[in-house]
Amino acid sequence: MAADPASLIDWSLLAFDPPGWGAVLLAGLMNSIKIAIGGYSLGLVLGTGGAFGKLYGGPVTKDLLEVYTTVVRAVPELVLILLLYYAGTDLLNRLAAAAGYGTVDISGLAAGIFVIGVVQGAYATEVMRGAIRAVPPGQIEAARAFGMPPLLILWRVTFPAMLPHALPGLSNLWLIATKDTALLAVVGFSELTLVTRQAAGSTKAYMLFFCAAGALYLALTLVSNLVIRLIELRARRGWVSTR
Amino acid sequence: MMSEESTIEATALTQLPSGRGFFKPHRLVLMAVAAAILFCAIWFMRWDWLPDYAGRLAHGVGVTLLMLVGTCLLGFLLAVPIGLVQVAGPWPLKLLAKGFCTVIRGTPLLLQLWLLYYGLGSLFPQFPAIRQSFLWPLLREAWPYGVAALTISFAAYEGEVMRGAFAGVPAGELEAARAYGMSRWKVFRRIWLPRAVHRALPTLNGETVLQLKSTPLVATITVIDVYAVVSKIRQVTYLTYEPLLLLALIYLCLTALLVLAFRYFENKIPTRSA
Repeated sequence: MAADPASLIDWSLLAFDPPGWGAVLLAGLMNSIKIAIGGYSLGLVLGTGGAFGKLYGGPVTKDLLEVYTTVVRAVPELVLILLLYYAGTDLLNRLAAAAGYGTVDISGLAAGIFVIGVVQGAYATEVMRGAIRAVPPGQIEAARAFGMPPLLILWRVTFPAMLPHALPGLSNLWLIATKDTALLAVVGFSELTLVTRQAAGSTKAYMLFFCAAGALYLALTLVSNLVIRLIELRARRGWVSTR
Repeated sequence: MMSEESTIEATALTQLPSGRGFFKPHRLVLMAVAAAILFCAIWFMRWDWLPDYAGRLAHGVGVTLLMLVGTCLLGFLLAVPIGLVQVAGPWPLKLLAKGFCTVIRGTPLLLQLWLLYYGLGSLFPQFPAIRQSFLWPLLREAWPYGVAALTISFAAYEGEVMRGAFAGVPAGELEAARAYGMSRWKVFRRIWLPRAVHRALPTLNGETVLQLKSTPLVATITVIDVYAVVSKIRQVTYLTYEPLLLLALIYLCLTALLVLAFRYFENKIPTRSA
């Protein structure tokens, strides 16, 4: 192959129709976004539960949650993904077999969401815990004194008051979630990074495809940043401006 | 700045669980349960492969640590100018540094790694000048690409931190140094940089832990680090869990060591305490 700059870039490879790989890349991006949204939502639920357990739970709950957040934050995501992917599917299969359903086929999407969610849950626990502690305790005590049940306190007082404190951390977690989906390429889930590699491998246009995927990821990050800024503006309305 | 630091604390493990008041009644029960699980893991799982691979595992840990230390040092050397030009540089450099940080932080490390290894790796052989240069034996290996990708990533994340640290050094200290007649370089060397590094140290700790957690990615481009060794064991022995559990344990220990090392350095620096 000659080192001729014009022949190095063949833009038709990115075309949307089958000889080009544009549609495949976009489908990969959609898969990545689906996993990121699903995993992030699961992480938020786990994080909320974890934060409340860590703050208000009994001593055993607190210790178990401490182990969870410490281990997840100390072990590489790649290792956790492998462990959870195999352990999760294996466990589910055994449960299904014990219940008499035979083996179940777990979709890559569900497994991916589960894995990213468990990892995100540990980080979200720490972010939410810090944010809840930033809420003046008098507000929560006042709600309790009014006789509100715990869930109502959570919904009416703790959540709205902690949200501005949690937003920087949570938005950072969303960006981490979108990038962590790339790690699922290692377990063979066809998200953006893996399809990019397949496209690049079969056309030998490595630079073109990896740069294109990079642009897609970057666009996702930049759009997310824009949305995050809008949400922060809304959550902080009524705050005294710090600048 | 506040939010950035608290975010790093949440995402990276920078503090070990405290040992004070550790032994409480419920903890003894929990430890008994943990010991029982550990015993079961040792007794019922297969660990007979361990002696055969101990040497290779140790070598893999060495490669991982070498990758970590090398890329953190190189990345930090890059991060200082990146942070500095964003605070005090002319606007083209400022824009360039900002763009670099945005692009690198906005894309997954795995993609950057594959872009360098497969992309550049497929591009280089097309140029005879590169094939004949003294660098060629190096460029045919995998590890330079791993080092490059990890260094660039660390530089981008740490450059952002250093920007905040440089901007956060009180102006009065720099003015005082100028008033003593120090040259610009001397002010930087004696006041600005040490103060900024001190301010950035807790965040640096978090970034280093995150960097350790990124190193296994180099195994995907055939660098034989501890993760690659464990993958090999899994292929050879057909074991699913045991090697992975050992790997998680190894990374837990490495992270704990890193956190302890940083705590030692942080205590070394004298601070005013009331």
